[in-house]
Amino acid sequence: MRIAVLSGKGGTGKTLVSINLAAAAGSSTYIDCDVEEPNGHLFFKPKAVQVEEITVGIPAVDNTLCNGCRKCVDFCKFNALAYVKDSLIIFEEICHSCGGCMMFCPVEALKETEKVIGTVENGMSDQVRVQTGILNPGEVSGVPIIKRLIGESNPASKEELTLIDCPPGSACVVMESIKDANYCILVAEPTLFGAHNLDMVHELVELFQKPFGVVLNKCIEGENPSEKYCVEKGIRILGRIPYDAELGKLNSNGEIAARKSEKYNAIFSSLLKTVRQEVQHETASDS
Amino acid sequence: MKLAMPVNEKDMKTEICVSFGRSPYFLFYDTDTEEGTFIDNSAAASSGGAGIKAAQIIVDNNAGALLTPRCGENAANVLKSADINLYKTEGVSVTENIEAFIDGKLSLLDEIHEGFHGHGGN
Repeated sequence: MRIAVLSGKGGTGKTLVSINLAAAAGSSTYIDCDVEEPNGHLFFKPKAVQVEEITVGIPAVDNTLCNGCRKCVDFCKFNALAYVKDSLIIFEEICHSCGGCMMFCPVEALKETEKVIGTVENGMSDQVRVQTGILNPGEVSGVPIIKRLIGESNPASKEELTLIDCPPGSACVVMESIKDANYCILVAEPTLFGAHNLDMVHELVELFQKPFGVVLNKCIEGENPSEKYCVEKGIRILGRIPYDAELGKLNSNGEIAARKSEKYNAIFSSLLKTVRQEVQHETASDS
Repeated sequence: MKLAMPVNEKDMKTEICVSFGRSPYFLFYDTDTEEGTFIDNSAAASSGGAGIKAAQIIVDNNAGALLTPRCGENAANVLKSADINLYKTEGVSVTENIEAFIDGKLSLLDEIHEGFHGHGGN
């Protein structure tokens, strides 16, 4: 059972919800797909961490073979190649590793070389397997790291409860993160801006035809534009997390509330139960 | 010498464009014949790497020098490989900058910015 947690912007509570659900479950897997700034590991503090380097294929030129036809330069939509004074210049940091230039080169002057773009860390925190994707600064895309994190080679079985902590927004990296999810949890803040961001990810999960529900975070007395949005659109509200100083303190100290506080263990256990029921309901209605 | 400049319109009275890679047009001005030619910058609408492609255009048009208010690192590397010197424009007038270059009053552009990459939501 793979559950992706997403939101239209950063700081809404994706990590808060996903780490606490993973911790409340006891035995589970937590995957941090927010590869540009993964922070779930700061809470889990995993032990016995194994690090694997993630590479992509980029072109390297043999200028003695290059005939200056410029097919590669013209092909590259990212303009990662230039041809100056009878030699080809490759801009590695611009290259998106599509491999097209190598396919188009008529004289095989371009060969693929491996470039490390980041790492995947695997460790344990009590019964939670913690997997963290880390993209090196300046790299163009975290997608190859996310593919590795959620791909076939991931040791977590499809049945095992897995929480996927997504990057913020609704761009390629988020699509890659939710692609194989059985269910999506959208986390939303009680502001107009929050409702707008909820609308963005709502559109995305509808596009991907994923079953989903909303967790309202930072709930206070009074009007909640995100709640209003859910009511208007007929979206299932899975739970509400209060705007609470105790939770804020635990979280900012890098603690996992579900492990430190009985009150929050109960809140997240209850939320997890609701989510499990929703997933089972969806699976049942699919078959 | 052939001078290249990023410009806003295809007219000698136009102004120097604040951007190099995403400038709409380039002016190539021959200081010997005193003739100017304008070409469209096909790099302007690139999703990324506009500076590299724009620099390729400057190289392919055999410019000897580029007069520009600013230039990114990648574009500067392409131009450097082609031994094209970069000069920093002063003010926005095309004709005044050409005159200043001829009089040797323009200084080399030594502030190369790191570029504005990665804002496309990859």
